Amino acid sequence: MEETLKIVVLVKHVPDAQFDRHITGPGNTTDRDESILSELDEYALEAALQLAEERGGAKAGNEVIALSMGPSGAVNAVKKSLQIGAYSGVHLSDDALAGSDAAATSLALAATIRHLSADGRPVDLVLTGMASTDGETSLIPAQLAERLSLPQLTFASSLEVNGGTVVARRDAGSHSETVEAQLPALVSVTDQINEPRYPNFKGILAAKKKKIASLSLADIGVDPSEVGQAGSWTVVESAAARPPRTAGTIITDEGDAGIKLVDFLAAQKLL
Amino acid sequence: MANALVFIDNPGAALKKSSLELLTLARKLGETAVAINGELTDDVAATLGAYGVATIYQPSVEDLDDYLVAPKAGYLAAAVAASGATAVLIENSPEGKEIAGRLGIKLNAGVITDVVGLDADGTAHKSVLAGSYNTTAKATTPVSVFSVKANIVETEPAGAATAPTTAKVEVPADAAANAARISSRTEKPASGRPDLSEARIVVAGGRGVDGDFGPLEELADALGAAVGASRAATDAGWIGHDAQVGQTGVTVSPQLYISAGISGAIQQKAGMQTSKVIVAINKDAESPVFEIADFGIIGDLFKVVPQATAEIKKRKG
Repeated sequence: MEETLKIVVLVKHVPDAQFDRHITGPGNTTDRDESILSELDEYALEAALQLAEERGGAKAGNEVIALSMGPSGAVNAVKKSLQIGAYSGVHLSDDALAGSDAAATSLALAATIRHLSADGRPVDLVLTGMASTDGETSLIPAQLAERLSLPQLTFASSLEVNGGTVVARRDAGSHSETVEAQLPALVSVTDQINEPRYPNFKGILAAKKKKIASLSLADIGVDPSEVGQAGSWTVVESAAARPPRTAGTIITDEGDAGIKLVDFLAAQKLL
Repeated sequence: MANALVFIDNPGAALKKSSLELLTLARKLGETAVAINGELTDDVAATLGAYGVATIYQPSVEDLDDYLVAPKAGYLAAAVAASGATAVLIENSPEGKEIAGRLGIKLNAGVITDVVGLDADGTAHKSVLAGSYNTTAKATTPVSVFSVKANIVETEPAGAATAPTTAKVEVPADAAANAARISSRTEKPASGRPDLSEARIVVAGGRGVDGDFGPLEELADALGAAVGASRAATDAGWIGHDAQVGQTGVTVSPQLYISAGISGAIQQKAGMQTSKVIVAINKDAESPVFEIADFGIIGDLFKVVPQATAEIKKRKG
């Protein structure tokens, strides 16, 4: 019998990239009114569910907790995760968190994960997607791992846990490698690792009975001055919408378009 | 006391262009020190001198490459302490950003990633939300950590060369305690083409190549370009996933991006629309890629691309 696992999956509500996205407000933050569960987080959730199911699922005592931080809209990322299959959800929300940069966000998430470990059962694995599709800094996995003193295994394209050791495969342009570490660990997964399941009718009904714990900063023992703009180490000083690219010359091939292309490159001094 | 510390991971026999860009930018901030990992050859040391580097730090241990990220961040934290630097510059690769992230927590330092410009006062310029906004950001902490994109500045040696001194930095004994260990590593056969994220020219193909990247590879080789692809092409298995340009792949910002047989949906645009010049070839005149192309050709890529390749070879003699 395999050991059981307590897994936290970080999920994020992000502006739908199919539509125009905007930066607003005094802190130059991204407008999240029309947000969805980040597509890339679904791979992390699927990886967590597979690891738990291999070990007998919820019945055997495994835990898959979807954690999201953010204002009221963020709870939708948790709800969607529960519909897909997460066993329980945690929504960290506090007005003081607004405007947190990566350093402040990782501090709040680290405190939340410590809080979730305080029931006597420490979190074994923190899973994240490979990036957030609002592509802000890519810093959270590394900074969270550093704050929790965890090894990080990022961009995993396969993942196994055997007797307290996590083994991941990473593929880069020039090489692929196998990496391993002892649990507890943080793992980010790529969109190659699995095929995420869709929520079905049964899952959607079941999700209504699953618990979402709402936590505030006081619950996780973080002072408001440690997060938000006050606790951030970086500040976005200005944001200007870039003028949209305008179309240039469009031609239809009449048998010599390849030559015209090279003429264009030569004129732009790109040859 | 150095003002800026540049991290160069395994410089090899000669410094990459992106490393020279970091050194060029760092000089704006003042006296520059370099922390390297791996072998330091005489040629590399001479180049560092030509770029005005005052001090070269090396780690006290040789096994940093056996682990992911954490021990390198530990080494850099020690190098920052030794140099007194108030700014750290790291390349913007996935690992570079992760090292920057962990280093920031160790130093209580603000980290700014994806930097495309840096002012002398430490103001960083970024392009965010798939290039739809330009922002400026600053760290409010005594030390700033920047991960800097490639191809953003002309490399330029210092006015006066220096003779850098070298110094060893003691890597903390527990630096690898919380790190994942690399248990095996397989190098992929080298393509001989430049790295996609750093290439000056990218030739990319999508659904329209219909399984045959041959003509695009020939064009890329004639131009000295890297080969990229849309998600449709990588998902179809026509080319490796590491070639994917777009929101879930590599973001590129080359001087020239040639898009062939790619419709240019938002997912793909996100990865390439900050390219300086965009050329698009597509059969379908309604493809969204034509909305952002500087030069667009409505036509069959299997006719246009080989003709262009032959013409380039002819002109280059």
